Amino acid sequence: MKILGTPRMERCIGCHSCSLACARLVHKKLSWDSAGIRIRSTGGLSSGFDAALCMACEPAPCAAACPTGAYTQRKGGGVTVKKKLCIRCGACATVCPADAIYLDHSGEPFVCIHCGLCVAFCPHDCLEMVDETTVMALRSRKGVVL
Amino acid sequence: MIRDYFRVLKVDLATGKGQIQEIEGRNSWAGGSGLAALLFDRMGLPGRSWEDPDQPLIFAIGPLTGYFPLMSKVVCAFKSPYHDQYAESHGGGRSALALRFADLDALVITGRARGPSCLVVGSRTLEIKDAHYLWGRSAMKTGQMLRTMSGGAGHRSILRIGPAGENGSAMACINVDTHRHFGRLGGGAVMGNKNLKAVVIMGDASFDLPVGKEYGKLFQNLYSQLTTTSMMDKYHNLGTPINVAVLNGIQALPCRNLQATSEEDISGITGETFADRTLLRNGACAGCPVGCIHLGFVREKFHEKNQYIYHQVPYDHEPIFAMGAMLEVLDAFEVLTLLETAEKMGLDVMSAGVALAWATEATEKGLISEKETLVPLKFGDERAYEAAVRHLGYAANDFYRMLGQGALKAAEKYGGSDFACVLGQEMGGYATGEVFFVSQALGFRHSHLDAGGYSYDQKHAGKDVGHAVEFLVQDEKARVLLTSMVSCLFAREVYKETVLSDCLNAVGYRSLAENLAPVSGRIQSKRWQIRMKTGFDPASVKIPARFRQVVPWKGPIDMDYMDSLQQTYAQKIRDMGTMEEIGTP
Repeated sequence: MKILGTPRMERCIGCHSCSLACARLVHKKLSWDSAGIRIRSTGGLSSGFDAALCMACEPAPCAAACPTGAYTQRKGGGVTVKKKLCIRCGACATVCPADAIYLDHSGEPFVCIHCGLCVAFCPHDCLEMVDETTVMALRSRKGVVL
Repeated sequence: MIRDYFRVLKVDLATGKGQIQEIEGRNSWAGGSGLAALLFDRMGLPGRSWEDPDQPLIFAIGPLTGYFPLMSKVVCAFKSPYHDQYAESHGGGRSALALRFADLDALVITGRARGPSCLVVGSRTLEIKDAHYLWGRSAMKTGQMLRTMSGGAGHRSILRIGPAGENGSAMACINVDTHRHFGRLGGGAVMGNKNLKAVVIMGDASFDLPVGKEYGKLFQNLYSQLTTTSMMDKYHNLGTPINVAVLNGIQALPCRNLQATSEEDISGITGETFADRTLLRNGACAGCPVGCIHLGFVREKFHEKNQYIYHQVPYDHEPIFAMGAMLEVLDAFEVLTLLETAEKMGLDVMSAGVALAWATEATEKGLISEKETLVPLKFGDERAYEAAVRHLGYAANDFYRMLGQGALKAAEKYGGSDFACVLGQEMGGYATGEVFFVSQALGFRHSHLDAGGYSYDQKHAGKDVGHAVEFLVQDEKARVLLTSMVSCLFAREVYKETVLSDCLNAVGYRSLAENLAPVSGRIQSKRWQIRMKTGFDPASVKIPARFRQVVPWKGPIDMDYMDSLQQTYAQKIRDMGTMEEIGTP
């Protein structure tokens, strides 16, 4: 299983094409919020951009916190979400260490499912699907950041 | 949100209350330029001064905003402090998507707040905050403070003014998200007059996509065209500053207050030099993968012991022409320093640069002196211009206050109207010849973007008045359709009328999609009608003598040709402005 990484975020120009693509293709929305990846400025446009994105935790605290089984652990990191089981309690977003889960006005959660559809829409090649074994290898080496 | 009406938030700063209005007319006025004209027609006060607090300040997006790439602009409309007539100014940044996700087709601001204020709007927010502590602060500092005070980083847009807007300068811009602007014709002073230091737009709603596969397929197709073909290379690579060397090479770059059309020592301010020496990174408007925003850097030594600070400054062809070639400041870093000073003041850099070029020549000719300019102005003297830009922003004395109303206004008092490089407003960066001069002088926005007159000059050696004027009219019509969607004009080669029709069909505006030709004609006429109702007389426009004396690449200006162009175009504009409204579908 691969996971979505942001190895070259310093190249980001803030076009939001990735978020808009995720919302459009995965969640059938027109949005820059209702998406698994969301771009935020890090202190104004002068300072560049950061992506709010699932870190592919394993074990995932959001899955552990979910009281209804809507979130389950995904093999290789991250989670699988069954929206039909979700009661909009927001516990997943509360425990996420990376602020990666967006709750819309109705409390519906949006989190990256590591499908990689957004990658092709980044004009500056900021995003990349990374192999699970690479992730594990990197995580075993202290101080290496994806 | 797809709907066959316009959802407009009208905010009265005097009462602090807003009202959501559902306004019919989507199929007749589309959005953007069309919607702004419709709203001004209903809410504007044509016979009253721009300073009347009840005059509306309008921000409008279009039916395709956010749905397709490069549909990323906002039309700002108001009665202009520059000429006290109806005007549009266009800007990007995150403002277009923020308005879309605030679920507003337009935001209309009327009234005057009791004290300096900041308006915050969103899909579930309307608040007018006290902002007295921001008054007097630069556009940059104001942005920094509002970023800290507001939530929603990355998904909000912050519009603000600097001291120039507070001081009523007709050259005051509205800064958008640090690096973009509603630059021209004094929108910043309209905000200042309303005691409105800033507007924060929170884009915090989401919408369901249009049903069916048509939309997704068309998006993919357009996105591929815009990102994988070479058509946007110019904007993505060196950006618009590529024009500096090109225009200089064909003797079409306005230099030293248009005393020349090329500069021998241009190498210090070409697009190539800016990229090689100053370019830090690129940026983009939200919803645009092209990334045409070029950010250079300047560093400032603030202490002898090698202590520096640095700033990021956006640059483009027009700012480089105005603060570089026109002032004979021929070093990229010096130009960036001037641009940054203008940014802080909240000044339109084009108007400020061209007005200071006039002031420099007026100094040379002895019409004004240091008594007026406070610093001795001399072509090439960047340090003096840095001080002068600040004086202009702060309206430091009567001279700078008057210069802030436009070079021709200052020339009325001090003389020198012959060499004021004003074509409706301070000129754009093209000295291509007769068609461009007439196009900007009479054009709706007095902008090089109203129609491609600069391109016509370069492509047509002949002097066919009828052909040239028809080109200007038809090109304006095509562009007004784009600015009603609201597209960035850089995408004009992609978004032809048939493609726009496909886009509108794909998102569900089928009736509008079938009637684009009458819609664009209707909007074009309506804008001219309003412009004339607010006092514009195309026949009375005077093109200063400098534009007749300058020698562009084709040789000396043909006065008969230019006069004939002006008369014919003025008549066409009058015809459009008095045309009966084309029937609504």
